[in-house]
Amino acid sequence: MIPAPFEYHRPDSVEAAVKLLSDFGEDARVVAGGHSLIPMMKLRMTDFGHLIDLQAIDALKGIRIDGRRITIGAMTTQHEIIHHAGLATAAPILAEAAGQIADPQVRYMGTLGGNVANGDPGNDMPGVMQCLDATFHLNGPGGSRVVKARDFYEAAYFTARAEDEILTAVSFDTPAGGQAYVKQKRKIGDYATAAAAVVIARSGGRCTAASIAMTNLADTPVWCEEAGAALAGTDLSAAAIEAAVGAMDRAIDPQSDNRGPAEFKRHAAAVVLRRAIAAAAARA
Amino acid sequence: MSKMHITLTVNGKQEELLAEPRELLIHVLRERLSITGPHIGCETSHCGACTVDMNGKSVKSCTVLAAQANGAEITTIEGLGTPDSLHVLQTMFREHHGLQCGFCTPGMITRAYRLLQENPDPSEEEIRYAMAGNLCRCTGYQNIVKAIMAAASELNAVKEAAQ
Ligand SMILES: Cc1cc2nc3c(=O)[nH]c(=O)nc-3n(C[C@H](O)[C@H](O)[C@H](O)COP(=O)(O)OP(=O)(O)OC[C@H]3O[C@@H](n4cnc5c(N)ncnc54)[C@H](O)[C@@H]3O)c2cc1C
Ligand code: FES
Ligand code: FES
Repeated sequence: MIPAPFEYHRPDSVEAAVKLLSDFGEDARVVAGGHSLIPMMKLRMTDFGHLIDLQAIDALKGIRIDGRRITIGAMTTQHEIIHHAGLATAAPILAEAAGQIADPQVRYMGTLGGNVANGDPGNDMPGVMQCLDATFHLNGPGGSRVVKARDFYEAAYFTARAEDEILTAVSFDTPAGGQAYVKQKRKIGDYATAAAAVVIARSGGRCTAASIAMTNLADTPVWCEEAGAALAGTDLSAAAIEAAVGAMDRAIDPQSDNRGPAEFKRHAAAVVLRRAIAAAAARA
Repeated sequence: MSKMHITLTVNGKQEELLAEPRELLIHVLRERLSITGPHIGCETSHCGACTVDMNGKSVKSCTVLAAQANGAEITTIEGLGTPDSLHVLQTMFREHHGLQCGFCTPGMITRAYRLLQENPDPSEEEIRYAMAGNLCRCTGYQNIVKAIMAAASELNAVKEAAQ
């Protein structure tokens, strides 16, 4: 259970890290908290000669709230997200989701950037980011660019990030309305069997807008526009909720594995989505 | 591959050593520094037996590279108390039967130490949530929770008396 040999680098700026990434090309990987990468390295499922540790780059850390815009540095840990007072009011879904990731030790090390850049369908934050219509900020040899979370995930472990780019931050607007992240897992510390991220805006008893994204029910997170549309303009009647659940069921593509048969995952997905809609609506 | 010069402060003592960057912190502690309090239970980031305190965070030292830890301040169970002068948590684990075989105990106590730094008066539910990264095959957890609650009230009583 010891990783294969590599050279270690600890740059102290984004520029220096990008330079290392472009110098070594495919032979380099960045490490954030290491709590997805190191287990893979120990299993010898990775193959690179240079590890670039981002821990000393201060520009990648911290949570900023400017009016309605929230920006979270890639190296911000799940633990920091859970304990951030401003975020608790501005976007409580972040702490609710982070608090359901893994266990305390993993959350002290695991970062938001690592969680969304990883590309593992089991990661919880990508679905949350799609639900919030977040923007991912990338920095590479050619400068910086942005990609929408909803356009970022191509397949399991394949994302829109180029190999010589670093994800520097994510940003999104303070969600308008009630939010909820509901996750079904086999035990503490497990990835989701199914999870749902929901934001619901309400006015005078009617739902004015809704956004719904699902975790670990396909090889990418699934933001389901149709499911949100099924709720918008309704009074969130049982029929409207079942229409949203139906739309979600058509959008996901769960596979049978050690978390259960695909039919069971569809059942769990419907349960978590109903619960998340109820919780988000109650908070709206 | 070349070795790295690594500096660590472990239980208040400065340590310098040469290690390959790929070595895991748990191996550096146990095999190079003979600090054998942190145990290897699973080596796959699940059991928490290897928990140490690194820069004020509870971490699983089987999932930290020696290179990542370079420059860090680390506390292990050895730094919390000694046989002659036990930490309150150690005393309470003994009094409340918070251990049986003892294999998980160094990780449990090191984790509970950080919990009480952050939340000096946790509820039972908060303790269970905060200890979820540490597995025990023996106790059924009930007495571990009791021991941590007892340690919290003891520490708070001492603090109040000092004021
Ligand atoms: C026991 C256990 C249980 C877990 N349970 C869950 C769970 O329930 N839900 C969940 O979501 N996660 C879970 N995780 C994963 C954990 O949350 C990880 O910490 C997280 O997925 C990755 O964050 P990291 O900072 O550790 O990234 P790392 O492991 O350092 O990196 C992950 C990948 O992303 C790349 N990367 C990291 N940062 C950047 C960046 N800034 N720019 C570009 N690329 C980058 C790395 O090169 C690597 O390929 C679990 C982990 C463990 C060990
Ligand atoms: S030995 Fe590190 S978590 Fe089990
Ligand atoms: S006391 Fe035996 S594993 Fe906890």
